[in-house]
Amino acid sequence: MSWARSGDRSGIRSTMVRRRLLSAVTVLIGVVTVAFAVVHLIPGDPVQTMLGTGGAFVDPAQEAALRHELRLDRSLPDQYFAFLASAARGDFGTSFQTGEPVTRLIAEAAPASLSLAGAALLLGALIGTAIAVLSRLTDSRVLGSVLAVLPVLAMSLPAYWVAAVLLQFFSFRLGLVPALGGTGIRGLILPALTMSLPTAGVVAQVLASGLRAAEHESYVLMARAKGATRARVVWRHMLRNTALPAITLTGTTVGSLLGAAVVTETIFGRPGLGRLIITSLNAHDYPVIQGVAAVLGATMILISLLVDLLFTYLDPRVVSTAVWR
Amino acid sequence: MTLLAVLQRRVGGPGRRMPPVTVIAATLILLAGLACVVVPGHLAPHPPDAVAPEAALLPPGWGHPLGTDELGRDLLSRVIHGSRLSLLVGAAATLLALLGGAAIGLVAGLFGGLVDAVLMRVVDVMLAFPALLLALGAISVLGSSPTRLAIAVGVSNVATFARLIRGDVLRVRGLAYVTAATVSGVRPAGLLLRYVVPNVCGPALALAVLGFGVAMLESSSLSFLGFGPQPPVADWGMLAAAGRDNLADAWWLSTFPGVAVAVTVLAATIIGKAVQDRRGVQ
Repeated sequence: MSWARSGDRSGIRSTMVRRRLLSAVTVLIGVVTVAFAVVHLIPGDPVQTMLGTGGAFVDPAQEAALRHELRLDRSLPDQYFAFLASAARGDFGTSFQTGEPVTRLIAEAAPASLSLAGAALLLGALIGTAIAVLSRLTDSRVLGSVLAVLPVLAMSLPAYWVAAVLLQFFSFRLGLVPALGGTGIRGLILPALTMSLPTAGVVAQVLASGLRAAEHESYVLMARAKGATRARVVWRHMLRNTALPAITLTGTTVGSLLGAAVVTETIFGRPGLGRLIITSLNAHDYPVIQGVAAVLGATMILISLLVDLLFTYLDPRVVSTAVWR
Repeated sequence: MTLLAVLQRRVGGPGRRMPPVTVIAATLILLAGLACVVVPGHLAPHPPDAVAPEAALLPPGWGHPLGTDELGRDLLSRVIHGSRLSLLVGAAATLLALLGGAAIGLVAGLFGGLVDAVLMRVVDVMLAFPALLLALGAISVLGSSPTRLAIAVGVSNVATFARLIRGDVLRVRGLAYVTAATVSGVRPAGLLLRYVVPNVCGPALALAVLGFGVAMLESSSLSFLGFGPQPPVADWGMLAAAGRDNLADAWWLSTFPGVAVAVTVLAATIIGKAVQDRRGVQ
C-alpha cells in the first residue's frame, strides 16, 4: 500500500476519506435498491387499492390508464432504473393517496421528526452524562449499584410503555401537558423524554466505562497532584477525554432513535416521518414508503460518514495507525 | 450500529460487574417467564377469555391482582397466557438472527478478501435501516402471524449479529494458537470447527441473550403498532395497545403488559452482561 509510509498523514487521510466515500455511495445504492425491492415484494395491487376495493366494478380502460400513468405496466428492471434515475434527482414520484409529490410530503414531515430527535438526543446526553458522572463520584455502594443498572434499565423500557405511563401521569393525572397533538415546546416534552431514554442509557454506559478506564491515566494523577478536587478532575479532565467515543456511539444510535420515532409519533399523534411511514404502509402507498425508507437510510449513511470523518480530525491517532474498520 | 451493538460493549472495565443481587433476581424472573410459557393454565387464576360484564374495568385488587379490562377479563391471566406468544416469538427471532449472523460472520471472517467485502457491504445496507423499519418492511411483505413476526424481527437483526460475530472471528484468528495451528498444517475446516468456533461461542452466547431482549422490544413494538399477530390471540404488545383507549380511566390496562416486557428485557440484559463477565469477553 502506498500509505504504509509513516509521516505522510494527509495522504493517508485522503486515501481513507476516498475509500470511505466510495463505500458510502455503494451502501446508498444498496439502500435505495432494498427500498424498491421491499415495496415491490409487498403483496397486493396498488391500482386495485387506489380504485377502491370491495368488489366494486372497475372500468378496465380506466385501470389500464392508471397502470400506465404509474409506470406499473413496464418491466421490473425498467421500473427499477427509472426509480434510481429519478431518486438521484430527488424525485420519488407522487403519493397514490393524495397525489402530492413524495418529496414534498417528506419535507413537510421531516422538521417535526428532526426537532423530536434533536430534543431527544440533547435530553439523553444530559441524563446520561449525569448518571455517568454521579456513578464516578459516589462513594455509596448501594447508589453505585443502582447507577450501574440504570443505563441498562433505560435501554430495556419499551417506548410505547414509557409513553403510556408519561401520558397517564402528566397529561391525565396532573394535566400539565396536552395528551395529543400538542404543538411547540409543551407538546415536545413527553415524546422527547420517551425517546431520550435509550440514548441516555448509551451515553451513560459508554461514559461510565470511559471514566473508569481513565482513572489510572497519568493526566488524572497529574491533576490530582496539583490539588484539583475530585469533581474538578472528573468534569474538566476525564470527561473531556472520554467524550469522543461517547459522541461517536451516540451518533451511530440515531438509527434506533428514528425507529423509536415510529412508535413515539404514533402514540402521541405527532406528525412526522414515523407516522408518515405507518399510514403509507396501511394504505399501500408505495411511492411514499419507498421515499421515506430511502431518505431514512440515506440519513443514517450520512450520519455515520460524518461521524467517521469527524473522528479522523478529532483523534489523529486513528489516521496514524491507519486502522480503517 | 444498533442498540444491541452498544449493549454488547462491556459496561465494566476491570472490577465492575453486574451487582450479584440483580443477577439472581433476573434469573428468577426468566424462570417465572418460562413457567408461564410451559403451564399458563396452572398459573393463571382465571381463563384468559372469561368474559364477566359485571366485573368490567375493575382496578387492581384482591380478586384481580392486575385489574380487569372492559369485558371483565382478568388482566393477570391474559398477561400470563400472552407470555407464550411473546417469549416464543422473541426466542425464535433471536435464534434466527444468531444462526444467520453466525453463518455470515464466520464465512466473512474466515475467507476475508472479496467475500468479506461483499458480505459486509450487504450488512452495511441492512444496518443503514433502523431495525424496526426493516422489520416493518419484512412483515409487510410476509403478512402477519406469530411465525412471520418472528422471521421479520430475526431478519432485521441478522446484520448486527453478523457484524459482531465477524469481529470476534477476526480477533480469534489473530491469536497465537490459531497461527500455530495454521503453521502446523491444520486444514481450514478443522481450523474453523476446532479452533475458531469454540472461542467465538462465548461472546456469541452473551450476544444472543442480549439480543433476546432487543428482539422482545422490537416484536412487542410491532405488535403494539398492529403489525403482529391478529386477535383473538394476544401477546403483551397487543395487550398494551388494547389498553390505549382506556389510558385516562384504566391505567392498569396498558401499564402491566408493558411492565412484563420491560422486566423480561431487563432480566435478559442483566444475564447477558453477567455471561460476558464470566466468560471474560473483552
